[in-house]
Amino acid sequence: MAQCTMVEALNLALDQNMAADNDVVVMGEDIGVNGGVFRVTKGLRDKYGELRVLDTPLAENAIIGTAVGMAIYGLKPVAEIQFSGFTMQAFDQIEQNMARLRNRSRGRYTVGMVLRAPYGGGIRAVEHHSESREAYWAHTPGLKCVIPSGPRNARALLHAAINDPDPVVFYEPKAVYRAFREDVPEEPEPIEIGKAEVVREGSDVTMIAYGAMMRPAREAVDDLADLHNVDVELIDLLSISPMDTQTLAESVRKTGRCVVVHEGPRTCGIAAEIIARLNEHAFEFLCAPIRRVTGYDIHFPYFQVEQHYLPDADTIIEAVQETVAWE
Amino acid sequence: MTTTSKSRSRKPGPVEMTAPLDSDGDAGSTARTMGQDKIDLGSVTDLSILDANGTVDNALDPKLPAAELKRIHRAMVMTRKLDERMLRMQRQGEMGTFAPGLGQEATQIGQVYPLTKDDWYSPSYRSFGAQLWRGWTIDGLMLLWDGYFEGFTIPDGINDLPFSIVIGSHVGPAVGVAMGMRSRGDNNVMLVNYGDGASSQGIVAEAMNFAAVYKAPCVFVCENNGWAISVPSENQAGVRELVRRGPAYGIESIRVDGNDILAMIVATQRAVEHARAGKGPYYIEAQTYRMSLHTTADDPKVYRDETQVKQWEAKCPIARFETYLATKGVLSEADCERIGQECEQEILASREVFRERARANPREVFDYMFDELPAELLEQKEEYLRKLERKGLE
Repeated sequence: MAQCTMVEALNLALDQNMAADNDVVVMGEDIGVNGGVFRVTKGLRDKYGELRVLDTPLAENAIIGTAVGMAIYGLKPVAEIQFSGFTMQAFDQIEQNMARLRNRSRGRYTVGMVLRAPYGGGIRAVEHHSESREAYWAHTPGLKCVIPSGPRNARALLHAAINDPDPVVFYEPKAVYRAFREDVPEEPEPIEIGKAEVVREGSDVTMIAYGAMMRPAREAVDDLADLHNVDVELIDLLSISPMDTQTLAESVRKTGRCVVVHEGPRTCGIAAEIIARLNEHAFEFLCAPIRRVTGYDIHFPYFQVEQHYLPDADTIIEAVQETVAWE
Repeated sequence: MTTTSKSRSRKPGPVEMTAPLDSDGDAGSTARTMGQDKIDLGSVTDLSILDANGTVDNALDPKLPAAELKRIHRAMVMTRKLDERMLRMQRQGEMGTFAPGLGQEATQIGQVYPLTKDDWYSPSYRSFGAQLWRGWTIDGLMLLWDGYFEGFTIPDGINDLPFSIVIGSHVGPAVGVAMGMRSRGDNNVMLVNYGDGASSQGIVAEAMNFAAVYKAPCVFVCENNGWAISVPSENQAGVRELVRRGPAYGIESIRVDGNDILAMIVATQRAVEHARAGKGPYYIEAQTYRMSLHTTADDPKVYRDETQVKQWEAKCPIARFETYLATKGVLSEADCERIGQECEQEILASREVFRERARANPREVFDYMFDELPAELLEQKEEYLRKLERKGLE
């Protein structure tokens, strides 16, 4: 059991999987000698050599396109896109090949690969460095998409993603990279892609969040309990696609009320999908309209004002209070 | 294998490329200096062995055994006959939209001839002659082009990728497969086929660069057939010779008369040996001509002068090869006539198999999405199956 940041926990997952399986290769811009701009791949080049740790040319679309080919050939590539905003350069290969080659080849080839990318705001970065566009990947058939919220589940989820036979988009909340430490066990922990986690049981209202938004969500839940006498059931979604509808619906059937939090744009966002599913699976238990606290349908603001864009504990508390007060 | 580039005049296209090219596009020395750094532009040569009249350059003739020549000839004839038959079937409503390859038989067969079963091939959607050579069946290709998913089943024993419809998008994974070969130290080669239109796509440029950086054993065959639907290749690129793209990435390259089966074989053999020897990728521009339609939904009369098509008819790859075979005493005119009929009979027999197999299976549309369907997709599949049941399609 070691106290790790998320960066260290992700590095541990990569290291252990590369040690266990020669087919695991990592690739991306500045990930080798430099160890990645966030140091997630630090030390791997020295340990596993340049044939398994590929410093690539600066071309996101080819990083994903060639990773798909390596996966077809039987390797297990973990491709880093330096910032999730740059996955748009690779939309072509994600949509045309990463998501489709299993189906196009009628199962003859599988694309067991991971696309890792840091996502989200809050680190005072320039344009295209703060996006939260996971909804694209949930909307793309053939992909899985997961987002951890802390060091321990980051390590477990990355281990699962690397060993998944299908392509996984793995978004890392960069605002959490070094925000706190957690005990991370030496032995890999089993975690199933597609499962949400109830991190706090409660009776008044269900709150669903994921990734970097779990921090303001936890803060809000504590304040609501301590100051406002509201008992929140908090769910960490973890898996964006597939989505654990059952866990979400069971909770809302119990509480009758729900608030969904994410930092990505609102329209056609993950909250919209969650609310639609709760409509289908828990409608008759609802006592109030489901609220969403999200980013706005605008380009991510320049960093001097980004704190006003991102959902914060106060905004979440307000939404929960309105939901609880609804009659 | 060496190819002499001196005084090769039987080449398609207007530009002599007997020497390496400098960045201004003029013939120049192998390297030019810019400050202290030498820029190696690589070597670019033209290759033509069998001219449009069927006259062979004896010094360059690979002198393949008669049995091999017959096998190659038959494959070219089969490609053309299948093309013609599928067009008739399409016009009669028995075939979906497809992309005819009439006139490109030499590029098709020549590029896959040197590949072994362990090598990989990534075709474009106009590569069905090459696919037949690799082991795809006629009835399978008919199924595929008539909209039956079953037709996409990759035959056992060959490592071919399915073509992709978005132009050039398959080149990324093709290079990735070659990078995988290098990572594992395997002795195989990937050969990827695309056209002049695809050469304008970003992923093709990016993938060529990756192949060069990692010395991936990948052979690029750019089949320049003169047209990307209605856009002629002179409007597709600022350079008249797409082969210049190779040296720009540090890739050894050659331009070939794509209607010359012997030149295609020699060039591809050289490229495959180069890649297999660990010397990195190789780039071939095969100059040919799309004699027919872009697809069966296309009408070239809107944008193309038919006199150009007539000029290329005189460069027919099969006619010149048959002249060569007759001169060598390998096949007579009567033999060629008979082979054409045999191919036609084989295609008609395969059409019967196709008709027998042409049963759509609407139940399988969810089956290849994931290794294991997640709960939400299982739910959608059940909903879909209920819909089929209501329609009486159970």
